[in-house]
Order: sequence, then structure tokens, then C-alpha cells
Amino acid sequence: MNIEVTFFALYRERVGKKKHTVILPEMASVANLVAEIRGEFPFIAPPSVNIVVAVNAEYAETTDILYEGDDVCLIPPVSGG
Amino acid sequence: MINITFDKLDPEGLTEAMRSSANGAVVTFLGTTRDSFDGKKVIRLEYEAYEDMATKKLDEIRKEMQQQFSIEDIAISHRIGVVDISEISLVVVVASPHRKEAFMACQKIVDRVKEIVPIWKKEIFEGGSHWVACENHELEETKQETV
Repeated sequence: MNIEVTFFALYRERVGKKKHTVILPEMASVANLVAEIRGEFPFIAPPSVNIVVAVNAEYAETTDILYEGDDVCLIPPVSGG
Repeated sequence: MINITFDKLDPEGLTEAMRSSANGAVVTFLGTTRDSFDGKKVIRLEYEAYEDMATKKLDEIRKEMQQQFSIEDIAISHRIGVVDISEISLVVVVASPHRKEAFMACQKIVDRVKEIVPIWKKEIFEGGSHWVACENHELEETKQETV
């Protein structure tokens, strides 16, 4: 399935674009998605940091299952205020 | 009232909107942009938001605080885009019958905004820039360059 991923802030700058489509097997998890992204963009973040993912505008667990059409965003450490 | 905007914020208007005869206390917090980071002169700030989720999270925070402190009148307004030094990037207004709840709720709202709302701040200084709070994301080659 195709999953469109949106990048914000630091991740957007490192990847060089706002959106990118990844191809994942059916029933892939958030952890699978992050592994795929790290494979395609190894410079996105050091291996030691956890990449936070939001699915359909809610923070996701690494074990959550993704479905085609989900709104998937990568969330660098937030710094509002 | 929740809002995320590219426009200048209006703390007076928001404060006035939260006032009512049921409330004996109104606390207004202004977050303003600072001109220095680590001894470096900051020229301006740029904020970016995941607007759908940020709005949702701000509304969750508002509801959470309404419940926790049994108060009604809360307004949170966050500016995004380019914000010049000493301008206002965040306004939180809490009005309640008594001052204690208003102070506590206001402080907690600001803490929660900084913890969970997907908004990012980039400090632009002379000769560079960085995304605030992303220090743990420094890559090895970048670290070497900055040493």
C-alpha cells in the first residue's frame, strides 16, 4: 500500500520536501514505516533518537497498524510557546 | 477559544472576551520572543505548525483544564510564521471565579502547550539557525562542523 508521509520543521528541511510516499506491505506498523523512512533518508535523525509519528492527527504507538489513506506525519521535538 | 494564526496576536481583545460577571479573576500570559540564545544574537523566529493537530491538541488542553479546575473561560492563541524579536507568540487567558485556579490553570496550559502541541520554533541568528529543542537530533558531521 502507499502511505503519504508529511514532514515538518527539522525533518522537512533534512528530507528536502514536505511530503513523500512510501510503499509498505498491508498491515505494516508505525515502526515499519519509521524503518522504511530511515532507510530512504538515513540523515533524517541519528539512530539514537526516537522518531515520533502522528496518525490522523493523534500521537501513534510504534505498534499501531497503518491503513492506506491514513494521514501520517513525522513530528520532531516540539517547541511552541 | 482556540486559534493559530499568522497575524499579530491581540491579548487585550482576548482578555476582554474572557471577562464576565461570574469571574473575579483574569490571568493573561504572554509568551514573547527573546533576542538571545547561548550568547548568540537572535534576529527573528519562525514558527511552523501541523495546524490540524495543533488545533486539536490546544482544544484538548483547554478541555482538560476546564475539567481539572472547574472553570469555563479559557482562550489560547498561538502565532506562527515569522515573528520578530519581542513580539508576542503565545497568549493564554484564563478567567475564573477565584484567582488561585486561574493562576494554576494558566501555568499548566503553557507547560502543556510546550509539551504536546505540534508547533516548532526556529531561531535565526547571525550566521545560522536552529530548531529549538532538537539538540538531540544533531548529526555527527554537523557536530564536527560546529566544534
